[in-house]
Amino acid sequence: MGELKLMKGNEALAEAAIRAGCDGYFGYPITPQSEVIEYLMAEKPFDRTGMVVLQAESEVASINMLYGGGATGKKVMTSSSSPGISLMQEGLSYIAGAEIPCVVANIVRGGPGLGDIQPAQSDYFQSVKGGGHGDYRLIVLAPSSVQEMSDFVPLAFDLSFKYRNPALIVSDGLIGQMMEKVELFEPIPRLTDDEIKEKYPWATNGKPKGKPRRVMTSLDLDPNKQEKHNFHLQKKYKEIEEKEVRYEMISCEDADYIIVAYGSSARIAQKSIQLARNEGIKVGLLRPITLWPFPKKQISEFVEKGIKGFLSVEMSAGQMVEDVNLVVGGRSKVEHFGRYGGVIHSPEEVLDALKKQIVGG
Amino acid sequence: MAELTIQDIIKPENLVYKKTDLMTEKTLSYCPGCGHGTAHRIIMEVIEEMDKQEDTIGVAPVGCSVLAYEFMNIDMQEAAHGRAPAVATAIKRLWPDKLVFTYQGDGDLAAIGTAETIHACNRGEHIVMVFVNNGIYGMTGGQMAPTTLPGMKTSTSPYGRDVHSMGNPLKMTELVAQLPGTYFVARHAVHTPRAVRKAKKAIRQAFDNQMNKMPGVSFIEIVSNCNSGWKMTPLDANNWMEENMFPYYEMGDIKVDGKLVSKQ
Amino acid sequence: MAKVRGAIVVDVEGCKGCGVCIPACPTNVIALAKEVNGKGYQYAFMENPEACTGCSNCSIVCPDGVITVYRVKV
Repeated sequence: MGELKLMKGNEALAEAAIRAGCDGYFGYPITPQSEVIEYLMAEKPFDRTGMVVLQAESEVASINMLYGGGATGKKVMTSSSSPGISLMQEGLSYIAGAEIPCVVANIVRGGPGLGDIQPAQSDYFQSVKGGGHGDYRLIVLAPSSVQEMSDFVPLAFDLSFKYRNPALIVSDGLIGQMMEKVELFEPIPRLTDDEIKEKYPWATNGKPKGKPRRVMTSLDLDPNKQEKHNFHLQKKYKEIEEKEVRYEMISCEDADYIIVAYGSSARIAQKSIQLARNEGIKVGLLRPITLWPFPKKQISEFVEKGIKGFLSVEMSAGQMVEDVNLVVGGRSKVEHFGRYGGVIHSPEEVLDALKKQIVGG
Repeated sequence: MAELTIQDIIKPENLVYKKTDLMTEKTLSYCPGCGHGTAHRIIMEVIEEMDKQEDTIGVAPVGCSVLAYEFMNIDMQEAAHGRAPAVATAIKRLWPDKLVFTYQGDGDLAAIGTAETIHACNRGEHIVMVFVNNGIYGMTGGQMAPTTLPGMKTSTSPYGRDVHSMGNPLKMTELVAQLPGTYFVARHAVHTPRAVRKAKKAIRQAFDNQMNKMPGVSFIEIVSNCNSGWKMTPLDANNWMEENMFPYYEMGDIKVDGKLVSKQ
Repeated sequence: MAKVRGAIVVDVEGCKGCGVCIPACPTNVIALAKEVNGKGYQYAFMENPEACTGCSNCSIVCPDGVITVYRVKV
């Protein structure tokens, strides 16, 4: 059993960065996730592992620092919240185009615009449908507990380096701020400079003797070559879709109805399912852990099994519900329920919605 | 005495100067007479003379020199428009023993990238920043830049820059020199042999500062022509530059060893 | 008294005929040819080769680095 600690979600994320062998964190304060950089600054990880922590002048600067650091093969990370993540979209597009590994965490808050500082899940579109320009995808992980805030950091780094693609951890203000017990994982040592040079021949950290120099770029003014590059990216995304879908199913074996929910909504829905089952409604929870790649196969299988209805529960006006709909394709009932703008729905509200929108009529 | 023929002179043992191997074989994409080519070359000559080809990482901008990495034979990265100082910050902080530099134009460094420029200088990053200022946006077709002179005609100031509505030209170099985080700040040109020699010396000084871990940014502005944007021949553009740009953008050292150079 | 004689070799196809080398030369060696290269540029050449001292002013200022300089002591 690893070290057990009672921690805030944001702090667990920060501690996990140090333990995951992160080389550099470059970030900017924004509520509700400023604890991440505050924890890192207080922990002095440079003394623990040699990890660099720098407060950048903006989220724009932060994401470009990730470009620079990640392009040299180092494990780099940032975190922000919705408006700051919007600022990072240009950088993410460049990073995806140049195929640079890095980890970004979005502790989502109510929007649009400056919105408020309370939890929301209204950045789903931004996370999985692009956000930035061009044909690219982010690998998106959605923790629903403080434990997962910790565990998903090394996972995000692994996936990001495996596929040379940015990985996004989409959390929300509720998980970021709440305190739960975490079992901290064994520290993973940072790679040495030589190990990085050995492992990542693409990294621009100084032309190797006797070999050609490297260029890290997302630009190719020859459209034929740019198309070829895009083919390559698409092939990569297909592979990720085939191999990296992650999800959790709770009480689904005998279910008539399925709630699809991630992050905080999944935690709340778990209670709603208990309440529903007490009333004799057989409902289960499909919790996507990867928002992209989305568990399409699992939803399709539910449809084929004869599930009578899907309720997408998200703290938004309904974003993931569109992806559920795409898979279900009219073969079953699909509805959305959620409070939004920073309001958190209660388990009873979710149950009510399930009964009104899915079960009844 | 037998007359020397040209063939007698052109022999490998008589070689005095050839383009450095640290410039790639690719034909430069820059317009005939553009200062970028010369600026690229003197930077690469300095890196070669310091024997640091394997330890230097450059960050290219967006602008005419977006393709700088096609021509500089070292590890290089692109950067989104204006963001090169942020990119370079991370590279240098994570690889402190490498030589890191940015190479940026006036839109990149003084418009969209102003925040990144000022904050990298304010933090005193141990990097070299090369700022090529030709008072215009070349790559996108000749629009006004923050450094365009009053009265100068560009495609977005077709009647001349009007300072009342468009502001005055920005002297980024003097601005960053005020920050404690800049160690060496100078302005040069590359249009005459004398200017090139001085500019190269300054660039060498800049990289020496980084090698010796002097505290802060070494910031070198190179005032260049843009004959295409200014709609002149290269030679006319260089003359125009001397007559019009140099009085405003003064040549020479602005800050040395962390101290502002006093003007007599 | 030692004298120097120089000569330059211009990469004709690489020269863009910008002419910046011409005023750089202290002894008026260089001019632009009447002929053009494959890209249509009038390339630089030694019009007065005997005057060349191999000072390399031209090569230093050439934006495209197409000038190679040689020098001998006479």
